[in-house]
Amino acid sequence: MEPNTKTVLVVDDDHDYLTQMQMRLEAAHYRVLTADSEKEAEELLAQTRPDLAVLDLMMENMDAGFVLCHRIKKMDPKIPVILVTAVSAETGLDFEAATPHEKSWMKADVLLTKPVRFEQLQREIDRLLKA
Amino acid sequence: MTRLNILIVDDELGMRLAVARALEHFSITLPEVEGPVEFNITQAGTGEEALELLEKGPVDILLLDHKLPGISGLDVLSEMAERKIDCLTVMITAYASLDTAVAATKRGAYDFLAKPFTPDELKATVRKMAKHLVLQREARKLAEEKRQVRFQLISVVAHELKAPIGAIEGYLYLLRDKPAGNDLAAYDKAIDRSITRLQGMRKLITDLLDMTRIESGQKKREITPVDFREVVQNAIDTAAPEANARGIAINFPPGEAPVLWADRGEIEIIANNLLTNAVKYNRDGGRVDVTLCVDGERLVFAVADTGIGLTKDEAAKLFQDFVRIKNKKTKDIMGSGLGLSIVKKIAQIYGGDVAVQSEPDVGSTFTVTLRQDQTPPEAPAGSADGQPTQA
Repeated sequence: MEPNTKTVLVVDDDHDYLTQMQMRLEAAHYRVLTADSEKEAEELLAQTRPDLAVLDLMMENMDAGFVLCHRIKKMDPKIPVILVTAVSAETGLDFEAATPHEKSWMKADVLLTKPVRFEQLQREIDRLLKA
Repeated sequence: MTRLNILIVDDELGMRLAVARALEHFSITLPEVEGPVEFNITQAGTGEEALELLEKGPVDILLLDHKLPGISGLDVLSEMAERKIDCLTVMITAYASLDTAVAATKRGAYDFLAKPFTPDELKATVRKMAKHLVLQREARKLAEEKRQVRFQLISVVAHELKAPIGAIEGYLYLLRDKPAGNDLAAYDKAIDRSITRLQGMRKLITDLLDMTRIESGQKKREITPVDFREVVQNAIDTAAPEANARGIAINFPPGEAPVLWADRGEIEIIANNLLTNAVKYNRDGGRVDVTLCVDGERLVFAVADTGIGLTKDEAAKLFQDFVRIKNKKTKDIMGSGLGLSIVKKIAQIYGGDVAVQSEPDVGSTFTVTLRQDQTPPEAPAGSADGQPTQA
């Protein structure tokens, strides 16, 4: 593994999605950590500092993504966070993280709506890690 | 208590007061509603005034005189249809002319009251109206509930089918893009998981069809003597490959071979569901104990596993449609959430039920009891050809 390999933490309760993300991100030369619950993610975060996190908003708790997001930002506000959500499709709610205000309360850097095309996710990851 | 609003429209003040007086303390009881039904009375002297009041508040029953100084009772009816005002109308008419009756009925009047009428005649008509209204509302409520249940079912099914499609689609894109290069073994997991998710979809669809058939009562049930032991043995054979692969022993001690007048397909669904679950939710190296016995009029079929078990709360909702116990232990086990609710529905057709006894991390025992009559079970409505043939 290259010395400047970046670590991406992916948290989602869908194991198939985690498997797919891991294969894809590893192929793109990232080091990948996965967690399938808020609790498991907390445990990982106690030991490691990821360079970027991709979080599913709704897991066993409706707001698990927000909670983790806040935790990561508290650890280091510079760690970029991508929130992925199917919330619009599931609840009819609509929200974005486009304006600085929205970003500030949500704390996430990017909000993507499921289903996410991998190319799009990778573009965001590359952009956030380069910045 | 229910209150219905009555509007009396008549140009004669004496008539209006007489009606109001008759109905003021009038109350009726209907078997369909709890408590008495009572009435609020409002009055109007002209058709114009009546329309104003109809627009303003809900009127349940309208007592409408035909002959009015301004617009006629028939005009009021037309106007109500135009403005989509919905209420039950009784036309009051002094000369019961057939023409008026036909015209009024065409415009939505429900009944007639010929002048002069006694307070008792009035009360009888109002009672009839109230009963009609209550039944109509009850029917609407039921229809609405049914509609909601159907929508809910559709949205749950759609969601349950979308999830595996998303997963399989993701794996196919992965296979197309080959992020791990040409090392085929790297994609084994993608292929295995795709197959698993497809099997889950197939099971969901099969279960949905089973459930629809059972609930609609449209399936042709073939009631014949069924060798229950043989059906159970077949279900064990079906579950055996997975059980063997995970070192799970299935025990089914020899015993009596009860014969049940039943639809073989339905008994197979019960046996297969319980056996598959007992293996699926078991621990590797665990065991499944199957027993079958006759207890008086009842046939008792029990499947005990040494699996993950259930908490009391989980057990309480286990037999409802689309309930899947979601926790860490069940995360990667595929299920439609319909199997056990189908088992329960079938058991109930046979005058029986299904129960579970369970302890988390120790295991669960599912017990199905079915009524074992000497006479064949009565076929439910809609399956006239469920009559048994003498074997």
